[in-house]
Amino acid sequence: MIELSGITKSFNGGKPNQFTAVDNVTLNVNPGQITVFKGPSGSGKTSLLTMIGCMARPTSGRIFLHGVAAAVPFQQEGADAVEITSLPERFLNGIRRSTFGFIFQQFNLVKGVSALENVMLPAYPTGEARALFRARAMNLLEQFSISRLAGQRIELLSGGELQRVAIARSLINNPSIIIADEPTAHLDSKLSQELMAIVGGLKGEGKSVLIASHDPIVFDSPLIDALVEMRDGAVVASRSCR
Amino acid sequence: MKRAVERHLNILEFTLASLLRRRGKNLSLLVIYLLVIFMLASLVFFVSALKREAAIILNDAPDMVVQRLMAGRQDLVPAGYAAEIARIRGVTAVRPRLWGYYYDALNGANYTIMAGDDPATAPGLASVGAGVAKARNLAVGDLLPLISYDKTPLMLEIDTIFPNESDLIAADLIVISRADFLQLFNFPSGQATDLAVTVRNPKELPTVAAKIVSQFPDSRPVLKSEIQRTYQSIFDWRGGMTLMVLTAALLSFIIFAWDKATGLSAEERKEIGILKSIGWETSDVLLLKFWEGIVISLTAFLLGTVLAYGHVFFLSAPLFAQALKGWSVIYPRFQLVPVVDGYQLAVLFFLTVVPYTTATVIPCWRAATIDPDAAMRY
Repeated sequence: MIELSGITKSFNGGKPNQFTAVDNVTLNVNPGQITVFKGPSGSGKTSLLTMIGCMARPTSGRIFLHGVAAAVPFQQEGADAVEITSLPERFLNGIRRSTFGFIFQQFNLVKGVSALENVMLPAYPTGEARALFRARAMNLLEQFSISRLAGQRIELLSGGELQRVAIARSLINNPSIIIADEPTAHLDSKLSQELMAIVGGLKGEGKSVLIASHDPIVFDSPLIDALVEMRDGAVVASRSCR
Repeated sequence: MKRAVERHLNILEFTLASLLRRRGKNLSLLVIYLLVIFMLASLVFFVSALKREAAIILNDAPDMVVQRLMAGRQDLVPAGYAAEIARIRGVTAVRPRLWGYYYDALNGANYTIMAGDDPATAPGLASVGAGVAKARNLAVGDLLPLISYDKTPLMLEIDTIFPNESDLIAADLIVISRADFLQLFNFPSGQATDLAVTVRNPKELPTVAAKIVSQFPDSRPVLKSEIQRTYQSIFDWRGGMTLMVLTAALLSFIIFAWDKATGLSAEERKEIGILKSIGWETSDVLLLKFWEGIVISLTAFLLGTVLAYGHVFFLSAPLFAQALKGWSVIYPRFQLVPVVDGYQLAVLFFLTVVPYTTATVIPCWRAATIDPDAAMRY
């Protein structure tokens, strides 16, 4: 479970142009579910997800991750939750690598290298033997029916293929939580439906999926378990869809 | 430990894939880099080998050469000096030498003519260096006409041609009999060009030299160590001159490499952001850039050094020979004995590989320390 307590994120603190992207959000995200953060641009969805994904720290408030204690060596024995907001950078990196998989709005794949290399990228600095994560990457490409494109440079792939490579990359380190930021923003309806089907499959594997989106195909999908509505950095409604 | 090694190997693997993406750009950089290293390493190898060669040859030189000065210029030494010097305590032998230069108007070359020490060197015979034989197209048994001081030809029969191995000292040498030497130059008998003095104990050389000067105030003793030092300076000076010529090329390369290594394109910045967002740490990104710098510079260094080795020691450095051996019509043709100065190679390494790698890593530092969430906003 992910537990957010009074999370606030301000930029340009103390300056005339200070603004608050996330304002005092308190929320629980249940494990093994698809949770969608819905709201217009600038409502704070992406900022909230970056803080949950250990990419940025909140200005105030705390985030607790349950079930990731193994990634933090100094955690008290028996403690179930890790308070990530006060962790040093390298531990945050460790948690980010082992716990989270990211799917970005623009896919953010590295140009000029093959689809397989892109999928393997998050595993390179982990120190795991290459043969192991290469086999895993091939399995993922196979799972998404694009193994024939493994050696293909990503510039030559279609939008749908790019999307699958990006999803495969997010899964290479076998994370328990997938964070997707506006994943359908550049996809047509058919590909968006396809994406939701894949996301449903991930949930079936027991993974938690957090999606920021203002696309009805996402937030009206029958697959989602919880919907959090945001506006001006604050949570205006939060409900279970089950 | 194993994980750390795997991490390096994995990142190195990605570095290679990453470098291949900009194949043309990186390959052209590598070629220019390689050329610079090749030139510099050739220079280092060549000067070191020549200095060593000169040192070996000078080992056989006399301990001391005594010249005579007249009005500040070198003059002939009366044979009587030799007998007097031989009597100084510690001197084992004094050998008057007859030698001089001969300008061959036929091909514009200068030969060194020497009267043979061996009394058996018969008049009418000559031994010549391979350079002379080639310049005059001579074989053993051929006749070599030399024009004497009064413009009458002195016909000499070629008795021996010195082997190529002795080219460094004998390429332009002609050894003739004492009588022919005197006739060729109208050299006054009872005089010598200089005296070769051998001393039993090398530590006594300065003392013996001082005694010679005191006995013959117009004499100038030149010690072997002084000749060695002069040769070393000459080769250093020539190496320095060549380096000056190369400096322009070197500077252009430095500017080019600096621009290439330090300029971080928007695409590279974005890539660093992507890597950070998918879990790479700042140190991982810097390691990637470090390997990029190392792969380019170390490859250029190793290849350039190996090519320079072949250029100098197998091909006798055709690119530098004229500048470094001196200016002459007859060039000695010889195979240099391979000698590698580890210290100079290390200096070359630290002046090329280290700055390039540093210039590749440093500008990435700022880009690599961006917050990983920046990639979420591209």
